[in-house]
Amino acid sequence: MKPLNFIHKIKKIKIDIRAYTLIFALLIIWLLFGSLTGGVFLSSRNFSNLLRQMTIVSFLSIGMTLVIITGNIDLSVGSMIGFISVIAAYLQAVMFPTFLPGLFPTLSVELLGILSTIITIIICLLLGLLIGICQGYIVAYGGVPAFIVTLGGMLVLRGGVLGVTRGKTIVPIEDSLRLIAQGYLSKNPGILIAVIAIIIIFLITLQSRTKKKQYGLEIKPLPYDLVVASVYSALVLGFVLIMNSYKGLQIPVLIMTIIAILFTYLTNNTRFGRYIYAVGGNREAARLSGINVQSVVLKTYALIGLLGGVAGIVLTGYVAAGTTSGGMNYELSAIGGCVMGGTSLMGGIGTVFGALMGTLLMTSLENGMSVMNMSVFWQYIVKGLILILAVYVDVTSRKNKSL
Amino acid sequence: MGGNNILKDECILRIESVTKDFPGIRALSNVSFKIKKGDIHGLCGENGAGKSTLVKILAGVYPHHTYEGKIYFNDKELKFTSSSIEEAIKEGIATVYQEPVLVPQMTVGENIFLGREPEDKGIINWSKLFSDTKKILKKYELNIPFFAKVSTLSVGQQQMVEIAKALVQEIKLLILDEPTSALNEAEVNYLMEILKNLKDNGVTCIYISHRLEEFFRITDNITVLRDGRVVDTVRTVDTSEEKVIAMMVGREMKKRFPVRNSKPGEKILEVKDLSVLAQRKMVIKNVSFDLRKGEILGIAGLMGSGRTELVTAIFGEYGKHVTGEIFLEGKPVKINSARDAMKYGISLVPEDRKKMGLVLIQEVFKNISLSNLRKFSNALSIDKYKELKECKKYADYLTIKTPSLFTITESLSGGNQQKVVIAKWLMSNPKILILDDPTRGIDVGTKYEIYNLINRLAENGVGIIMISSELEEILGMSDRITVMCEGECTGILDRKDATQERIMALASTTKRSHSYS
Ligand SMILES: Nc1ncnc2c1ncn2[C@@H]1O[C@H](COP(=O)(O)OP(=O)(O)OP(=O)(O)O)[C@@H](O)[C@H]1O
Ligand SMILES: [Mg+2]
Repeated sequence: MKPLNFIHKIKKIKIDIRAYTLIFALLIIWLLFGSLTGGVFLSSRNFSNLLRQMTIVSFLSIGMTLVIITGNIDLSVGSMIGFISVIAAYLQAVMFPTFLPGLFPTLSVELLGILSTIITIIICLLLGLLIGICQGYIVAYGGVPAFIVTLGGMLVLRGGVLGVTRGKTIVPIEDSLRLIAQGYLSKNPGILIAVIAIIIIFLITLQSRTKKKQYGLEIKPLPYDLVVASVYSALVLGFVLIMNSYKGLQIPVLIMTIIAILFTYLTNNTRFGRYIYAVGGNREAARLSGINVQSVVLKTYALIGLLGGVAGIVLTGYVAAGTTSGGMNYELSAIGGCVMGGTSLMGGIGTVFGALMGTLLMTSLENGMSVMNMSVFWQYIVKGLILILAVYVDVTSRKNKSL
Repeated sequence: MGGNNILKDECILRIESVTKDFPGIRALSNVSFKIKKGDIHGLCGENGAGKSTLVKILAGVYPHHTYEGKIYFNDKELKFTSSSIEEAIKEGIATVYQEPVLVPQMTVGENIFLGREPEDKGIINWSKLFSDTKKILKKYELNIPFFAKVSTLSVGQQQMVEIAKALVQEIKLLILDEPTSALNEAEVNYLMEILKNLKDNGVTCIYISHRLEEFFRITDNITVLRDGRVVDTVRTVDTSEEKVIAMMVGREMKKRFPVRNSKPGEKILEVKDLSVLAQRKMVIKNVSFDLRKGEILGIAGLMGSGRTELVTAIFGEYGKHVTGEIFLEGKPVKINSARDAMKYGISLVPEDRKKMGLVLIQEVFKNISLSNLRKFSNALSIDKYKELKECKKYADYLTIKTPSLFTITESLSGGNQQKVVIAKWLMSNPKILILDDPTRGIDVGTKYEIYNLINRLAENGVGIIMISSELEEILGMSDRITVMCEGECTGILDRKDATQERIMALASTTKRSHSYS
């Protein structure tokens, strides 16, 4: 009896560990690369680079999480951001310089640049939204399998890229657009953001306590909640300080964080969020519960399109050009990140946070291996194997849990 | 415990102090009993008592290291190492579950031999496969067309295929976990015959059901479980239904149905000449009936008589393939989808909880609130605390047995899953509640609670349509009874005129054959 009880306790701990497996894996990989590269990998400069590298894919994997949760897939995102990116470049390098000055002859060159960037951003977001809605409409209302629709979309959009660029790289890009992908926030605004975030963390903690009390639900002792909140606060502050010790908080990372928070909220706290999990978990039951399944699916595609717009803008600013190979294979990184973060391709399971962690892990591997100067072919092989391994571990731990 | 002594000689299965824990719950606690060779051994208990868990241990789903205690099969200890059922099958233990798990696109023969097709140098020997199938079906007098695709069979026939599949190997112990919960009276009778036949062929059976009268028709001994413990093992001839119920629920239950004082009000629903054309077949032909506020309208009929099609048609499932008129509170309405139906205040507890009722991988509270989220949310957020409180209210009301509202629904026992579905639809405060076989797989004690609840809803003016495969339930609950046969309504009986015989007669005659005779 006794030893078995003990085993039982260990099993319980194991289940708790599972939730944090990714974070552990991440720490191990960081330490490994840190020691292999003699600390270079862990420098605040590289850390800063690493985060910027992950931003573009992370927008896609956040959107992909929603799509995969409903039991669908989007293979077109790589080509989509490539297409959006060349359109952005075309607008900025070819179109706007010819007719914007004519429309607003009084504006200075600098202001014209900013205006061009603003219009470009709006057009890119709308374009992403439109592409998402088109594909989503065919998937949801046309009943064509998502795999096929988005595979077709991938080819069509890549064709679009080649058509717009005619095989050439499109330059130049306005400085203001480059700032979005390459800029840094100076130190004090960074600290200010951290302080605001910390205040919000504590406010939410206290508010949820009063709510729980109001509805007579079980609450943890106050010190416990305060410690948890403090830990989160320390993480936020530590993060900003590390970033500040290099050049400061990066603008794309800030955008990524805001979007991640918004989408976490969307998936956890809104009806739409509930509906996407229900649709993926059991489409039929969702439909019979009065959920408009088709519109939910359409909306997930609209959202991934919108996020593709964001990713396309950041991509353009990052490479400071529109290129024929922009966004190539990004759909695979995005899907890989989602799946590594615990999203189930069967639908119904997955979190935005997981997708971010998965993407961070994939990017860390990529970054670490290139810092180590590992040959590209090894990089591909290692990434592929680790993806399979990660999902294997996830699947088996799920299975054990249910016994 | 006198029961166990009888079994000293010749027992095929000895279960000794088996304990099985799940996170947060002890499903089996020190369970010991024996089963005699050649017996049909009944196993009963409330929802969540641990019956299916025990079955899964015997079937090898939960391997040896996941539970405590010992199990001897023919005096040899069973130690399954992996969680596949192959090992159990090798030992001669086969299991038939409540829901058939067959490949719907394959024929009966292919399904029966799935994974062990007779081969000739790697090529399937079809003629042998079919002749073997024929032999088996003949030997146990199973009446199924073996060339038929499984998808064209009724649930009852599929159940037979499952049994045939189990019988292909040399089996010594056949376990049936709630085989009859989806069967109608005729099919149950047929299953009983088959089991008797198996018994004559020397096969031992473990039989689980929530329909107690079945135990008294075929079992030799009954073991009662309560909260994961064995209450007692008794000889069937020495006991009675009342005594078994008392052992199951821990108290005496005088009546199976609560008293009803019904006062039907004005008409709330009227259906005129409803017909449904699905897959080039008229599944519903010119059905008309009405429903009043506070009335319980029972729908009786055999499996496949169109009962389910009728209610789902009203619920908007067939969209534009429906002809005829539906009036709600006197006004004509068009219902083209489940969403439309819900807008008009119609709720449907579907027949198949796994496929249509639940998101099994989600938490209990999310399932309960799924169709009612608007109650505690605005465009921007869900008030989770209000939601949890409301869900808890319904979970308590229906005594859903679960470690917490955050438990994944899949891990609940079958009956408790059914309660989750019912809770979901109760929460939607319907004007008309349609229940398609709502007490399927639910234990007697809880059935009584659910009947109470349905009565209370009726007293509050809700119009209720209830389908049931159990005639007793229809007779005990309804104010009026509509009988269906082959898509037609063959009669509407008042409570006072209805008898089992009259219903059965109506359920097996179409209008046409009626008028000819
Ligand atoms: N995989 C699992 N994980 C966690 N708990 C489980 C799991 N399977 C069963 N349980 C729990 O074990 C208990 C016994 O369940 P079991 O399915 O054996 O009940 P049962 O007697 O078959 O009930 P029913 O008549 O409703 O089918 C229940 O409380 C159930 O919630
Ligand atoms: Mg069960």
